[in-house]
Amino acid sequence: MIELENVSCGFGGTPLFSGLSLSLTPGSFHFLTGPSGAGKTTLLRLCYADLRADQGQVRLFDQDASSLGRDGVAMIRRRIGVVHQNCAFLDHLTIAENIALPLTVADRAAEAAGNLPELLAWVGLTAQAGQFPPELSGGERQRAALARAVIMSPDVIIADEPTGNVDWEMSQRLLTLLVELNRMGKAVLIATHDLTMIRTMKAELSARVLRLKDGELVQAGAEL
Amino acid sequence: MKAVLDLIVGDPQADRAVPHTGITARLTVFATGVMAFLAVLVLALSMTAGRVADRWADELAQAATLRLPADADAATIEKALEILRTTPGVAAAKALTEAEQQALLDPWLGPNLALDALPIPQLIEVIADDPPYDPEGLQARFAAELPDAVLDDHARWRAPLLKAANRLRLVTWLVTLLIGAALAAMVVLAAQASLAANVQVIHVLRLVGARDIYIARAFVRRFTLRAAFGAALGALAGVIVVQLVPVGDAPGSFLAEIGFQGAGWLWPLVIPLIAAIVAFAATRAAALARLKEQT
Repeated sequence: MIELENVSCGFGGTPLFSGLSLSLTPGSFHFLTGPSGAGKTTLLRLCYADLRADQGQVRLFDQDASSLGRDGVAMIRRRIGVVHQNCAFLDHLTIAENIALPLTVADRAAEAAGNLPELLAWVGLTAQAGQFPPELSGGERQRAALARAVIMSPDVIIADEPTGNVDWEMSQRLLTLLVELNRMGKAVLIATHDLTMIRTMKAELSARVLRLKDGELVQAGAEL
Repeated sequence: MKAVLDLIVGDPQADRAVPHTGITARLTVFATGVMAFLAVLVLALSMTAGRVADRWADELAQAATLRLPADADAATIEKALEILRTTPGVAAAKALTEAEQQALLDPWLGPNLALDALPIPQLIEVIADDPPYDPEGLQARFAAELPDAVLDDHARWRAPLLKAANRLRLVTWLVTLLIGAALAAMVVLAAQASLAANVQVIHVLRLVGARDIYIARAFVRRFTLRAAFGAALGALAGVIVVQLVPVGDAPGSFLAEIGFQGAGWLWPLVIPLIAAIVAFAATRAAALARLKEQT
C-alpha cells in the first residue's frame, strides 16, 4: 500500500535521511522511534503525500507520489487516516463536526449520521460531541483525532506521537483502539518516543519496531 | 439550474468548514451595494439621454423648414405652399404666423421685439409623411420654381445630435464596464484577504482530503451571495433615488424623462445577477489560483 524506496529527504539542503526504504502492507503494524529531530514526522509526511521526497520513490497505493496532482493527493489522503501530533482540528467546529470533516470534504456528509454516534461511543466522546476542541483535554483530543482518522474507513492509519500528551492510562486506551483497527486489517504506523509503550505492545502484537537515527532506518531488536 | 440552486442553498456543513470573517463580509456587501447604486444611476442617465436624443432626432427628421425672403409676398408664400402640398411625402405644410415667429425668437431676442423693424424671413413648417419626401428632389424643384426659397431638412443638426447621443451612450456603457471591473477587483481582494486569513483552516481541510474545488466552493458561494445581496440593496437604493429626482414641468425636457421605461426596468433587476456572476467568476479564479500557490 505504501512503499518508500531509497528515499532521501531534508530541508534547506541538509538531508534528514537518505536511502531509506519502508513498506506498509495490509494488516502490518509498525512503530517508528528515534530521537527528536531524527525525521520521524518527515517520514510520516512522505507517507501521506504532505511532502515530496528529494530522491528515491514513494509509491502510495501503486501510484508514484511525485506524479500525483493536487486532486490525486486529496484522493490518496482519503485512504490514509492520520492522527497528527497537534491533532489539527478546526477550532470553530464542534468535535463531532471535526470528526466528520473527512466525510464532509468528500461530499459524503450524509454518511456521518450513521457512523458518527458509533464512532463517538467507540472513542468514549459521546458526551463531548457538541464541545469545541479547546474545551477538551489532551486525551480527549487525541481520541477525537483518532476517530477522525478512521471515519473514512481508511486502509492505513498513521499516528504521530498519539500518546505524547496523555497519561499512561489514556495512552493504553488509545493503543488498544489502534490495535483493534489493526486486527480489522488496517496497516498501522505509529511514531513515538515512548519505549515503554512499545515494549508493552510488542509483546502483544507482531509489530515491527523501526528506529530512525543518524539518517538511517533500522529494525530495532533486543535493545528494546 | 441545479448548479445555481446548489450555489444558493449550499451545503450547510461544508459552509461551516470555513469560518466567517465579519469585516470582509460587511465590506463586500457595502462595496457591491455602492457599485450597483452607481450602475443604476449611470444606466438611468444613459437610457434617458438615449431616449431624448432619439426623440429629438425623430422630430428633426420629420420636420423641415422652408425659408422665404423677408420681402416674400402672399402669392409667393401661397406658391411655396402649393408646391409642398403637391409633393409626395409631405404630410403638412404651414406658414408660420407673425406671433409664432415671434415666439420662436423670444428666447434669443426677448419678448419686446418689433418684428417689423427687422428683415425676418418667412418660415414654412414642413411635416414629412411616411414614407417621407425626397429632400434633394424638393430642393431642386424649389430651385427651379422659387429660387429664393431655402429648404432646411435639419440634417446638419440631426447628425451631430445623434453623434453626441451615441457618444454619451458609449461613455455610460464604458463607465458601467468600469464599475463591473472595479467590483471584480474588489471581490478578488476580499477573497484573497479571506483566503489569507484562513491559511490554517485550508491546510487542515487539505490534510483530511479536501480538493481545491471544494475549498474554493466555500469561498465562492459566500462571496457570490454577498455580492448579489449587496448589489440588490444598491440597485434598490438607486431606483428609489432615480424615482425621487425632481421632474421638470416642461414636457419633453431631460428631467421630465429621467429614469427607466418599459424593458429598461429589467436593468435594475439584472444588476444583482450580473454582480453575482462577476463575483462568482472573480472569486473562483482568485481562489483556485491562490490555492495552487499554497502547498
